[in-house]
Amino acid sequence: MSSPVLAATGLTKSYGRVEALRGTDFELRPGEVLAIIGDNGAGKSTLIKCLSGATTPDTGTLLLDGEPVHFRDPQQAQAAGIETVYQTLAVTPALDIASNLYLGREQRKKGPLGSILRLLDTAGMRREAEAAVKRLGIATLQDITQTVETLSGGQRQAVAVARAAAFGSKVVILDEPTAALGVRESGQVADLIKQLRESGLPIVLISHDMPLVFELADRIHVQRLGRRAAVITPATHSMEDAVAIMTGARAA
Amino acid sequence: MTTTEPTTTELPTRRRGSPIQALLHSHPSLGPLVVLILAAIVFDLINNRFLNPTNLSIMLQQVAVVGLLALGQTVIILTAGIDLSVGAAMILVQMLMAELAIADGMPTVLALLIGLVGALATGLVNGLLVTRFRVPPFIGTLGTLGVFTAIGLKYANGQTLTPKPGSLLLWTGQPIEFGSFHITVGVLLMILLYLLLGYALGRTAWGKHVYAVGDDAEAARLAGIRTARLLLSVYLVAGLVYGIAAWVQIGRVGDASTDISSTLNLDSITAVVIGGVSLFGGRGLVLGTLFGALIVQVFQNGLALAGVQDLYQQLAEGLLVIAAVSLDRWIRKVRT
Amino acid sequence: MSGVGKTGVSRRLAVSACAAGMAIGLIALSACSGGGSGGSASGTKVALILKEFTNPYWISMENSAKAEATKLGVSLDVTAGNSDDDTSSQINQIDQAIAAGDKGIIIALNGDAVNSALQQAKSAGLVVVAVDTPPIPASAADVTYATDNTQAGTLDGRWMAAKLGGHSADIAMLDDLANQVITVDVDRDHGFLTGMGIPVGNPNVNGAEPTSGHYTGGKGGSYSIACQQPTNGSQTGGQSAMETCLSKDPNINVVYAINEPAAQGAAHALSAAGKSGVTVVAIDGGCGNLSFVANGQIGATAGQFPGKMAVEGVDAIANFAKSGKKPTNQAGQDFFNTGTQLYTDSAQPGVPSITSGAAAKLCWG
Repeated sequence: MSSPVLAATGLTKSYGRVEALRGTDFELRPGEVLAIIGDNGAGKSTLIKCLSGATTPDTGTLLLDGEPVHFRDPQQAQAAGIETVYQTLAVTPALDIASNLYLGREQRKKGPLGSILRLLDTAGMRREAEAAVKRLGIATLQDITQTVETLSGGQRQAVAVARAAAFGSKVVILDEPTAALGVRESGQVADLIKQLRESGLPIVLISHDMPLVFELADRIHVQRLGRRAAVITPATHSMEDAVAIMTGARAA
Repeated sequence: MTTTEPTTTELPTRRRGSPIQALLHSHPSLGPLVVLILAAIVFDLINNRFLNPTNLSIMLQQVAVVGLLALGQTVIILTAGIDLSVGAAMILVQMLMAELAIADGMPTVLALLIGLVGALATGLVNGLLVTRFRVPPFIGTLGTLGVFTAIGLKYANGQTLTPKPGSLLLWTGQPIEFGSFHITVGVLLMILLYLLLGYALGRTAWGKHVYAVGDDAEAARLAGIRTARLLLSVYLVAGLVYGIAAWVQIGRVGDASTDISSTLNLDSITAVVIGGVSLFGGRGLVLGTLFGALIVQVFQNGLALAGVQDLYQQLAEGLLVIAAVSLDRWIRKVRT
Repeated sequence: MSGVGKTGVSRRLAVSACAAGMAIGLIALSACSGGGSGGSASGTKVALILKEFTNPYWISMENSAKAEATKLGVSLDVTAGNSDDDTSSQINQIDQAIAAGDKGIIIALNGDAVNSALQQAKSAGLVVVAVDTPPIPASAADVTYATDNTQAGTLDGRWMAAKLGGHSADIAMLDDLANQVITVDVDRDHGFLTGMGIPVGNPNVNGAEPTSGHYTGGKGGSYSIACQQPTNGSQTGGQSAMETCLSKDPNINVVYAINEPAAQGAAHALSAAGKSGVTVVAIDGGCGNLSFVANGQIGATAGQFPGKMAVEGVDAIANFAKSGKKPTNQAGQDFFNTGTQLYTDSAQPGVPSITSGAAAKLCWG
């Protein structure tokens, strides 16, 4: 068994009197899709924020490829190769698709135009954005220059996933990717995720959508009351089992 | 629900609202430009002295200071902030430059530089209030409005300081002639700064980040943008622009005093709003602000030339602002 | 270490503590430095409320008031509005004077809106002295010390008519405010028109005069009103207004300006436009502006005596404190006329005036 890409031990995090994480462990293996499920308040979002740098845990260790890491902000996590698609999407509606893809990582033109005048290589970024989008098999984002706010929920999701796929070199984290979508669009995002899996990148998927989880996940991390209650697989457990462990009706 | 489609994914597109909505959405300065052109045509029909080269020169000179103030204001408003201290900061810097050069006998270049540093300092204060102390921009700059005004009045002590003819302080009032049409160095500076900031906002990463932070600050942060640093830089840039405005003010009037309109902050915001820049952040171009400032000037001047009472000019301004904000709300409806 | 939760709360507390500390410090500072006397003379407290602090005219009035207050051992608290039309700040300042237990208020009011606050002050036993701008109605103050603004304007108008010597007049009227009607603005404007021999149209507002016709002052001649623009009494305002007026009518040869800053701005615009032979009149009489009278950029100006107004005002309240006798206007008059004189280096027959050199002894500031 190969060593985990991303691992955490004993994570705790409190917001005032609320203990969101009370000693959570976590392990993501190479090339796998790991789903995280859990009831509301179990600490899923907080766990993800610790992994993605959006927040720092109070205690506990985080290991990337076996090395301890501390992320003070999302930029550091991104620099380490961890890309996250947040539940709130973190896209800027006013900017176009290419700008969103490259937000925070804009490319400048080569030479003095770029270094002195700080001119952006807009054409270059647009080209690469189109390529990234095509790679994921998204066909109908016809106009790479249209602003994100004119896109439907599913399309915005696609842009966010495309961004993660383009820059993620170690891990991609998807936080509730289908939460705001209808049945048809959810199915299409599921296809997107399958495409992503093809690339070999390990994926962390948080979702309430049990059928989706059981369709896509290799392993399932069950979060409960601030701790990892169990790790199961779709092969060995059923959806009912998973829900039972989630709610505490049953031990792992 | 798996489908047996091939590997390409079709995603539904939604209607984008009416074509006009979409057009105004992608070109937010179009509305103000149309209004500007229409107004100019109408006023010229009423009094054909309006489009006279002399009159056009006058309007540009009259708009230079507010135009610059509105430019700084635009960058701040793009981040969903606002700056109520803008006029007071300009007056303070103007007195600082004049006092140092005239009363204290400092070499003018040095006085100007120190004045610009002072301008940056006012921007720093506002920026720190917003980023370090998390004070909402409206409240923070309302506070600094009072502080800068008081410091300015105390420093000036009612004096009017007049630079000697030929002083560098007056350089911004120097005319540049093109036949019967002439502008001043100050107007040129205004245009140059608009071009510079327009470039920065449209073609650099910093510009994209300004829009991103204004549109959705949390999304920008999660995308990895250092929002606090970005906001601070915005207030500093605005401060510097106000410093240049102070220099232009001295050149235009020929001296420095605190006896300047106290509604400069509202005038700058009016120009920004009429120019199609959204008060909610993330949308609009500095070009729009330039149109907005010109529109206000055109109405002021045009109504005066038409012999209409000044009251109606204020009415017109008020109506333009309401129209501009309503239009912005309507355009924003182009969402799914 | 993101600023959520505990760190955020303590940061807020720190900011509030700093702000409170600063505020207390500022109040302490102002308590020490405020007041014209040596700071220790208690007893009679007087509030001086000026229009604003930007026009040197008010600074001069403030200095005269402080000097008189020191002489009499009266404690003076000086405040002002933010601009020539800011009545809201002045209302607050009147309320503060009542609350502070001042004996009286000297006010150069920015508009009628302060009248009810002044009434409250009177009911609370304070004496109300109006300076520079007579209130409408005059009874809103116990006594008023002001220039007879109509007389000042008329002096300007008669001088201008005499100087024109029968030539036609192409007139620019540069008034003060656009959004308020105050006595100073209307009286000076109408005074000028009357002096020129032009009917005023409506006695209550500016801009209602017939736009062309025949003026009867001096040798008489034809006139037209080329434009009527507000300036806010400031230099920038005067400059912009003059530029716009010239755009409308490049043949303007007569300019009436509400005060000297506006006139200076107008003169600047005129010279920038290369215009000569345009005569500008103003009202003020500031020492700093006499050079403009000397070089002709301001043809004539009707001088005021703000120092006299301030001194009379402080005296009236000190007197009230001592004797309990309230000051009143002279019978049949709405205000005490502190006088006006025409300063010009181009004297005209039939119009009394003194030269700018002689005015150096009478000017203020």
